[in-house]
Amino acid sequence: MVAIASRRQGPKRKHQRLVLVLLALAALIGGVLLAMSALRDQAAYFYTPAEAKAAHIEPGKAVRLGGMVALGSLKRGANGVTISFDLTDGKGTVPATFSGITPDLFKEGSGAIAEGAFDADGTFRATNILAKHDERYMPREMEGIQYDPETHKVKADQP
Amino acid sequence: MIAETGLAALWLAAMLAGLQLLLAWSAVAQGNDDARRLIRPVAIAQGVLTGLAMALLILLFIRSDMSVYLVAANSHSAKPFIYKFAGAWGNHEGSMLLWVAVMSVAGAAVALFERELDRRTHIATLGAQAAISLGFYAFLLFASNPFKRLDPPAVDGQGLNPLLQDPGLAFHPPTLYLGYVGLSVAFSFAVGALLTRAVDARFARAIRPWVLAAWIMLTIGITAGSYWAYYELGWGGWWFWDPVENASLMPWLAATALLHSATVLATRDALRAWTIMLSVIAFAMSMIGTFLVRSGILTSVHAFAVDPTRGSFILALLGIYIGGALALFALRVHTVNEGARFDAVSREAMLVVNNLLLCVILGLVFVGTLYPLLTEMMGVRVSVGPPYFNAIIGPLAIALMAALIFGPLLRWRRDETGAVLRRAAPALIAVVLALGAVIAFAPRPVGWLTAFGFAAAAGVAVASIAPLWKRNLRRTPLFTYGMVLAHLGCAVSLAGMASESAFSQERLAAARPGDRFEIAGTTVAFDSVMPIAGPNWTAMQATLTVSRNGHVIGVAKPQARFFTDPPTPTTESVQMTRWNGQLYLVLGDALEDGRWQLRIWWKPFVTLIWFGGGLIAFGGALALVGRVRRGRKQGRAAATMAEPGAAIPAGATA
Repeated sequence: MVAIASRRQGPKRKHQRLVLVLLALAALIGGVLLAMSALRDQAAYFYTPAEAKAAHIEPGKAVRLGGMVALGSLKRGANGVTISFDLTDGKGTVPATFSGITPDLFKEGSGAIAEGAFDADGTFRATNILAKHDERYMPREMEGIQYDPETHKVKADQP
Repeated sequence: MIAETGLAALWLAAMLAGLQLLLAWSAVAQGNDDARRLIRPVAIAQGVLTGLAMALLILLFIRSDMSVYLVAANSHSAKPFIYKFAGAWGNHEGSMLLWVAVMSVAGAAVALFERELDRRTHIATLGAQAAISLGFYAFLLFASNPFKRLDPPAVDGQGLNPLLQDPGLAFHPPTLYLGYVGLSVAFSFAVGALLTRAVDARFARAIRPWVLAAWIMLTIGITAGSYWAYYELGWGGWWFWDPVENASLMPWLAATALLHSATVLATRDALRAWTIMLSVIAFAMSMIGTFLVRSGILTSVHAFAVDPTRGSFILALLGIYIGGALALFALRVHTVNEGARFDAVSREAMLVVNNLLLCVILGLVFVGTLYPLLTEMMGVRVSVGPPYFNAIIGPLAIALMAALIFGPLLRWRRDETGAVLRRAAPALIAVVLALGAVIAFAPRPVGWLTAFGFAAAAGVAVASIAPLWKRNLRRTPLFTYGMVLAHLGCAVSLAGMASESAFSQERLAAARPGDRFEIAGTTVAFDSVMPIAGPNWTAMQATLTVSRNGHVIGVAKPQARFFTDPPTPTTESVQMTRWNGQLYLVLGDALEDGRWQLRIWWKPFVTLIWFGGGLIAFGGALALVGRVRRGRKQGRAAATMAEPGAAIPAGATA
């Protein structure tokens, strides 16, 4: 039955394959366009505090901020769940706040990545804090950055 | 001695893989009869040897043999037994050995059980399987030897990452690897069929059970992994769009597409070249997933034991095998004749839509996962996270569900639009009712994506059981039940996702013993905090009494744990499951004034997410059993009839 059908429609056979290939191409191109526009709008750019200050990020834009939690800067609000701290990369410091339970290894002098946005007065309001549950962990974006808890200096291998 | 025996078994297996490749070449290219007879025992022996090597590594971990480097670096004698056992694959070398073991055991299974394929293609398939195994043997033996000795032996081990010390470890990586590596079989089938120019419906019927098996394992692995991350990370989320998660999702998407296109090829002899292409892509995604996880090249919340130099090895293997397969495809695609035709309104056409949508989703996940890598090479650091994925995958997933409403209701080859709409009417009514109900009765405004999620779930739930409507249920084939259950599972899971994202409630507070919280009609009383000790950890444990309408319904004891080897704090959340959702309780930090941070979520119907995943896997398992039984029966029937040209009814689903 299959053979009969295909013989009858013989001249059109190439046509169907072409249609399918064109459909696939259209889906591919559509997908790429969709990805590109979404990436332009939705990709959160990663900044260190100094870069963030230089870039004048508009308030409300979702970004990731990575740095060291400066010693002596971690303070807890009266409600017990809001914290404020300074993120630093040695060249710049950004004040940040966060409400919630911090990751187990979030502490002064260790690295952290904060996700969130700046508010109008330049404070970074973090909606999420990433700090790996492993003492050997260093966020990938922070590779090559070293923090000296004595001097508060941060050394970066590359500028 | 155990370590040396394991290493010797691996070397021997690698040599057998080389022999297997030579035999396959000799049998297929030169028609050598001896090679043809020898290749199956060789493939089976290879599987046995790597299985033995894996068993020996597990034995070393159980015995805490600290003279083996891998054990000393990743285990500890005080660790509970199950984590010694599962710790064998909780590290790079061990997990690569598991990969290789699964790959060659799968090859042995193909040698033992495959009956559908013609002899020549079968042998070419075993040759292809040996060729990919060889690369991974090289990787294992030259770049990640799990049996390396430590001299002098360590006094004790450095321990296993406490986050991995969870029953999930015993279960999640092996199922995921069975799925990942099971797709290597699909790849080998495709290469074998291209080599012998045997791409047809018979090939599709042969490849389908193997793809199905791998896909079931991937589904279980992803579902289990999602639940594991949900309770272990203590963030209350069940999917983070993390690169490591995407690494498991991408092969699943490709395998899902392959499963459906293989059905078209098996039933209607259409989509030949496309099915071959998908087989290659599916395994490519498995290898890319392994590359992403093992190289640690991307930021990940799950990544552990990473090493960039090994990444380049896997990348090279990826280039060789996938590049080789694509080159073979390009050379041979003209020999693959176009399959049977079908109309624009037909089951085939809807399965093409399914495949295109799955591939676009796959492409977008792929781009989103690798984009940060690309921009980093150009000096811009970017992280792509949930905002990107939710914004574009969400609508596409809903579109896929819309296709799922119509797909099983369409007839093969040709159908009429009006008749289809009549058949789909109950499902479409369910869509409208669900949409209306969500808008009218939701306790708080719901985003349009979530609202459509509920609507699509209702529509798919109705449409998925429609193929059983007016049928003799006792004579309905098992694989039809499988399809129905798997599709129903999609609806169940989708409903859980929509409910979790729309109606979750959260309380976050600093509390003293004696404080009470109200959440979703439930009262949580914070009774006390006490220190407690486990086998290799100490913890502060809160006692929370949960009551409803004055009746105590349970006591939750979330912990803030501190592991000693290696010294690491972890959060042990508690989930209290009720029929209509889960109460998720986390104990946070102690404050200076004696208060404790508490985080409580009420997540209505969140468990449906994983229950749906389980249904999908169970449906797959029913389909697999149904297919294999049907295949056996037809094989026997064909053998007894022994009449050339005896029509074997195509394994058409309803």
